[in-house]
Amino acid sequence: MAVQPQTNKNPIVRFLNMNTSGQTGGRSLPLWRQLLLQVVALAILITVMFPIMYIVTLSFSSKTTRPSQLEILPKEISFVAYQQVLDKPTGNPVTFIELLRNSFVLSMGVGAVALFIAVSAAYAFSRFKFKMREVLMVLVFIPLLMPAVGLSTPLYLLLNQVQVKQCADNTVAIQPITTCDDGKGRVQFNLRDSLFGVGIAMTASALPFAVWNLKGYLDTIPRELEEAAAIDGADANQTFWQIVIPLAMPQLAVTFFLGFIGHWQEFVLTWLFLSQPKDYTLAMTLYNMTGQYANSIPWNRFAAMAVIVALPVAVVYIALQKQIVGGLTTGSVKG
Amino acid sequence: MAVAKSSFKKSKQKNAVLPYLYLLPAFLIMGVITFYPLIYQVIISFTNFESKHLLLGLKSPELEFIGLKNYIDIFTAALPVENFNFFRVLTFNFWWAISNVFLHVPAGVLIAVLLNTEGLWLKRIYRAVYILPVVVPPLVVATVWTNIFDERYGAMNQLLTSLSMAFFGGTDPIYIRWFEDVRPPIPGFLPGAPLTLAYYAMMIANFWLGWPFMSVVATGALQSIPKDLYEAASIDGATGSQQFWGITVPLLRPAMIPAAVYGFTLTFNLFNFVFFMTGGGPARTTELLVTFAYNLVRNLRWYGVAAAFAVIIFFVALVVFLITNRITRATQNYQEA
Repeated sequence: MAVQPQTNKNPIVRFLNMNTSGQTGGRSLPLWRQLLLQVVALAILITVMFPIMYIVTLSFSSKTTRPSQLEILPKEISFVAYQQVLDKPTGNPVTFIELLRNSFVLSMGVGAVALFIAVSAAYAFSRFKFKMREVLMVLVFIPLLMPAVGLSTPLYLLLNQVQVKQCADNTVAIQPITTCDDGKGRVQFNLRDSLFGVGIAMTASALPFAVWNLKGYLDTIPRELEEAAAIDGADANQTFWQIVIPLAMPQLAVTFFLGFIGHWQEFVLTWLFLSQPKDYTLAMTLYNMTGQYANSIPWNRFAAMAVIVALPVAVVYIALQKQIVGGLTTGSVKG
Repeated sequence: MAVAKSSFKKSKQKNAVLPYLYLLPAFLIMGVITFYPLIYQVIISFTNFESKHLLLGLKSPELEFIGLKNYIDIFTAALPVENFNFFRVLTFNFWWAISNVFLHVPAGVLIAVLLNTEGLWLKRIYRAVYILPVVVPPLVVATVWTNIFDERYGAMNQLLTSLSMAFFGGTDPIYIRWFEDVRPPIPGFLPGAPLTLAYYAMMIANFWLGWPFMSVVATGALQSIPKDLYEAASIDGATGSQQFWGITVPLLRPAMIPAAVYGFTLTFNLFNFVFFMTGGGPARTTELLVTFAYNLVRNLRWYGVAAAFAVIIFFVALVVFLITNRITRATQNYQEA
């Protein structure tokens, strides 16, 4: 057994993880190795902090010129850049609140809808034996192999065919059910070019993942409770709603927030489908602020936007860190 | 108990339709928004679908079925796109994913081992800070690093300038054109695909992003290794490095292989990151399959070709899945043995 250093009452000592017990037995670290490791660990710390401090420093700067020399510690704390981004995030007539709303509506909406539809299918796969079970499971798995870009073409073409048009004779045509007499007409609504349409497209790839993920979790819930409920005369529906759903709630939440992290950064479909600035998301705006499109945008404003886009994901990730890592490692142990 | 079980079974048999009812909502919706588009994709991959067919779709009178022409054009680099060669992109794509994972996993493990050293001061602070890159969305990481590698105003060139002035007596500011230079710094490093400076810039940025995750996984696995093993080994006179190779590495393997596989598939299709940093440039040398497919549909608007390309991507993904699945299974057997 290793000699456990006695727990010190001083919280600072405990926090810094210092061994002040003076014991030299066991595996306490010689000073020269301690110092060597500290140097290495500090060097890593600096490389990790470098881009973060760089962008945070930029975002707190009031200078609208580009940085002429390297600064990684803020010389001033100015909220000018944040204020400007919140006031007028882009050159287009779209407010920050609208961008934020679009991002939240898409990431939360897609996650919730996918989960709601997926959970009963996951239950069926996890608990019932029926004909075609394997075939149907493979069917759900196939779309998972396709990256989001791979499904974007047909979704673009199909959603683009659903349009509401104002015809020349003042009637309204709803494609593809009805068309204007002359085959033309002014487009009032194009499903492809709307948040709703993008939401449908995002759900297409979120749904198979949700089914697969939830099935994996339901498989780990012991069946004793369900069997007991069946003895008490509950039918399958009651069991599902009153036993399985409450038991699966924590995992439902984790799946939802994992989806949120992914959908918050969704760029492929939104950038392809949406053309009107009022539908833009925060991720699209951030892309507009970098590279070739951003010659006129001050870097302090870009930095403020980067921090704003990163924050919700960072908060969710830190809150769920245990579950996210735990899911991966326990999965590997179980195989 | 036996009676209870059989009654449970009976209720199951009674409801032979029930599982299908539970499946119905998901399959109805997936039928419309997933399976139908997938089939539609295969159909239009045999056509010359372009923007002018958008209005009428498959009912367009001028839409032609051109057989395998799209596929042949892609494989023989016959597309009228500059600098496009399918096999070069495929080679680069695999190399990109492999080279990243081969750097991230060992670095993550070594740093986890370092932080696992008993009695190391400030351990908690280091652990808390090292997790930060995992927490920042890759899209933001890519935009931030794009600016860091900016030729004139970026932090990287400024850092190199001050280093060269401080240590090597340099007087001129350094302006490396990270994203524009098409000359590979090490010619012939990867046969069939030139690796430009942009590749190295992306490697640096993705290394920053990638190793902390591996480190988190390794830390979790390290803490489940019983300490007695190390004590027994040191009593038997095993040195530190012998303990590392004899105990730590084999016992980390079952946790690290799935993490590496996960990292590989993620990096293989790392669209946001590559698209935000280089957009596939310069001269398409950092193009991945997914970024090129995106170019086809968003900028060139050749929907037929894009569909054919997506079908090809699907089969590449299938091959990748079969290989990685094999690797994961093989390590499971190792674990059980």
